[in-house]
Amino acid sequence: MDFSLTREQKLAKEMLEKFVENEVRPIAAEIDATEKFPFETVQKMGKLGIMGLPYERELGGAGGDYITYIMAVEELAKACATTSVVLSAHVSLCCWPIYAYGTDEQKNKYLPKLLKGEHLGAFALTEPNAGTDAASQQTTAKLEGDYYVLNGSKVFITNGGYADIFIVFAMTDKLKGTKGISAFIVEKGFEGFSIGKIEEKMGIRASSTAELIFKDCKVPKENLLGKEGMGFKIAMSTLDGGRIGIAAQALGIAEGALDEAVKYMRQRKQFGKPIAAFQGLQFYIAEMATRVEAAKQLVYKAAWKKQAGESYGVDAAMAKLYASETAMYVTTKAVQIFGGYGFTKDYPVERMMRDSKITEIYEGTSEVQKMVISANILK
Amino acid sequence: MNILVFIKQVPDTNEVKIDPKTGTLIREGVPSIINPDDKNALEEALKIKESKGARVTVVTMGPPQAEKALREALSMGADEAVLLTDRAFAGADTWATSLVLAKAAEKIGYDLIFAGRQAIDGDTAQVGPEIAEHLNIPQITYVEKVEALDGKLIVRRALEDGYEVLSVNMPCLLTCIKELNQPRYMNMYDIFTCYEKEIKVMNIKDLDIESERVGLSGSPTKVKKSFTKGPKSQGEIIDVPAHEAANIVCEKLKFVHII
Ligand SMILES: Cc1cc2nc3c(=O)[nH]c(=O)nc-3n(C[C@H](O)[C@H](O)[C@H](O)COP(=O)(O)OP(=O)(O)OC[C@H]3O[C@@H](n4cnc5c(N)ncnc54)[C@H](O)[C@@H]3O)c2cc1C
Repeated sequence: MDFSLTREQKLAKEMLEKFVENEVRPIAAEIDATEKFPFETVQKMGKLGIMGLPYERELGGAGGDYITYIMAVEELAKACATTSVVLSAHVSLCCWPIYAYGTDEQKNKYLPKLLKGEHLGAFALTEPNAGTDAASQQTTAKLEGDYYVLNGSKVFITNGGYADIFIVFAMTDKLKGTKGISAFIVEKGFEGFSIGKIEEKMGIRASSTAELIFKDCKVPKENLLGKEGMGFKIAMSTLDGGRIGIAAQALGIAEGALDEAVKYMRQRKQFGKPIAAFQGLQFYIAEMATRVEAAKQLVYKAAWKKQAGESYGVDAAMAKLYASETAMYVTTKAVQIFGGYGFTKDYPVERMMRDSKITEIYEGTSEVQKMVISANILK
Repeated sequence: MNILVFIKQVPDTNEVKIDPKTGTLIREGVPSIINPDDKNALEEALKIKESKGARVTVVTMGPPQAEKALREALSMGADEAVLLTDRAFAGADTWATSLVLAKAAEKIGYDLIFAGRQAIDGDTAQVGPEIAEHLNIPQITYVEKVEALDGKLIVRRALEDGYEVLSVNMPCLLTCIKELNQPRYMNMYDIFTCYEKEIKVMNIKDLDIESERVGLSGSPTKVKKSFTKGPKSQGEIIDVPAHEAANIVCEKLKFVHII
């Protein structure tokens, strides 16, 4: 077994660390407070090849590997969970299904701009009445001549307000149930498509979480992704990969909070010594660090399996379940270690605690991950 | 146009700790980086490449591990990399180093040479100017702005109390300071191809230099003693009108026999 990074991965990590220190960490608190989408940062990430990291150069990608992409999400999340989910939703939820299921025409039309970060991507599955029960899609798509006509709405769509390209799911045949769902590539300018409410959130506040409204929205029929009826399969397989991204986000948040806690423990003095001298807190650190390490192994193992072309659905579910719960645990303990200061906005740990919570919810709640894992074991 | 950029791999002095007992630098475990001024030099070369078109070759003299610095430069967008490495080069002072670099420049060919002002592990600021002397080409030091025109450059040179604007014909050598630009990050496109590129390795034979002119034997500088400077005593602020202050200062300097 080899746990070491390749030469390229080491250079990439160095570059990412520097980028995060200079471009991401300095604005993290501010964009959390103002809910300002980090558009300039995302553009810089595009120029540096981060937005198309794991895809081939011929398509506009950076020709990197999947593990490096996961590392990028992790490194960003150490300082800013918002920026990391912009990347994860773009790469895993929008670029990937086009890459995996798109025709050559679709790939050549959409991927170059997406992978260079000139376009931003989003994934629209959730509806007001189809959350965990994603199969209960009420958005419909009807083939009329050269167009599918979409009607309905989506909620909670990450990158929604800023995305150029959306993967949208809709019912093409209600009678067929999950086999009646289809996936479409929708451009922001398509007639009949508009952005509705933008959510105000507890965490990842600068990410754009939007409602999408389709009112007789005309989608050219060549924008059907895969075949009619393949939508649910596309959605589920996309989420399998997306979960590794969210797991990496959770891991990064936990690592960031652990670093902050260690730094603070060394400098804060009570009873005439640094609080790092108190065994009660030392044991917190031991517990936090051990869980972070375990989460890291799960995340990288899942990423490695995906990269190696092995099946990874259960690994991804385990990684997301454990890493997100680790993020919650570690950030809560970090706030505890900071005492009253941790509860204020003078330090980043309260933000990290708020940011953690979403990792237990989106791309399948923790309950859903347990359903995926147990169903696979008990099948 | 062929642009050469000389870079040096140095220990990241921000990360260097001092052994409290011996007072010497603890170098173990300290990451190696491209010397900061050299990164400004590389950035400027890459900018000229983007605006005018050029081939940018990075060159370093160092042990085989210095390859890492070259890979990093390739990951920032340099086209080619050359490593000058030979046991005979070890222990070189600035004179012997600049001779090797100048020979390499002659072998590789150039229209323009960039170097950093000085390396953070030596602080001599001599190597750049010495290369230019060996090559007998014009040099401009402390460069803080460059405008590339056809066949010549308009260069702004920082002085202590102002600046000089100079026009210089190529070939020439410029030494760069951090005010010149903001070096770019490595990028993922080049990171994932940098190990596919071949690094050209040149040794003393490839450069046609006699062994007594390089390394320790080719170095006129002899280090007599190195020591840690004692802490300076606290200064004294004389807060009175200027002419009175001048008198007080003169008296004090006379008292310690400085004037
Ligand atoms: C900030 C944010 C960003 C998001 N981004 C996207 C996006 O980009 N694209 C997208 O399509 N969606 C996105 N979502 C939607 C997200 O994936 C859903 O919110 C999530 O899947 C849960 O659905 P729900 O909110 O409707 O909760 P519900 O499905 O109503 O669940 C409520 C509770 O019931 C539990 N539950 C439900 N069913 C079961 C069951 N069978 N057994 C046990 N427990 C159950 C759930 O675990 C949860 O605890 C986002 C959501 C948020 C908040």
